[in-house]
Amino acid sequence: MRTALDNYLGIHPQALQLEAQRNDLLAANLANVDTPNYKARDLDFKAALAAASGQSASSSTPALRAPVGAALSDAGASSALSTDNAGGIDPSALKYRVPMAPSLDGNTVDEQLEQAAFAENNVRYQASLTFLNSALRDLMTAIVGS
Amino acid sequence: MSSFKIFDIAGSGMSAQSVRLNTVASNLANADSLSGDANSVYKAKHPVFQAVMGSVAGLGSDQSTAQVKVTGISESQAAPETRYDPGNPLADAQGNVFAPNVNVVEEMADMISASRSYQNNVEVLNTSRDMMLATLKLGQS
Repeated sequence: MRTALDNYLGIHPQALQLEAQRNDLLAANLANVDTPNYKARDLDFKAALAAASGQSASSSTPALRAPVGAALSDAGASSALSTDNAGGIDPSALKYRVPMAPSLDGNTVDEQLEQAAFAENNVRYQASLTFLNSALRDLMTAIVGS
Repeated sequence: MSSFKIFDIAGSGMSAQSVRLNTVASNLANADSLSGDANSVYKAKHPVFQAVMGSVAGLGSDQSTAQVKVTGISESQAAPETRYDPGNPLADAQGNVFAPNVNVVEEMADMISASRSYQNNVEVLNTSRDMMLATLKLGQS
């Protein structure tokens, strides 16, 4: 149920949560940069945000686009991903990266790409945080006055 | 809170890479450990990494993230280098000594790769910590 406060804060709380989850995913990719057969994963941010905010994916959220290169394949085939999801990431938004230069050991982590995505995600997180902060400050001003 | 997972993930990466650095150090230190017997000579050691999908205790069967685990140390099966050196006190009856199958150049490259990966994980940890500290200050400024 959305309360008046949820409506006031808009999409930013959900965006912040998804960015934190994407941060976990990218950290896992970077930690497994030398693990044989590890498949790098990322969040289809647009779909995940649409699911989290209760919109259909087709309705536009122009400020937020799919992550780097949109080179993600559907992870739906893996049964490991369709199990119950305590972390709260919408399983359909969790995708495998399509490697640009696959390595012999089956690892699909591209270190540079992941680093760039991590930096980008961090900036997005800070942005959401700034939006939320200013919204809360405005609210405090309205309550306290002056 | 799920974001604390990141410390376990980056921490597991750091620990795995430091095991790798340790094996590199061991291989380089023993690069010249000769032996008079082909079976007892030092063999190059390399860690085996494996991704451990899912859960940090208490979060249920969340399969979205993976830590790294060192499942074991494998010993290189390459044949040791044979050197003819009858003057060496370790030499066998034929005058041969055996040198470890450590490729020093390969080990140096491995060392750089491990050290870069370690730095990467430290960077992830620092950035995430800053993010979380900023989140703690939400609404305070």
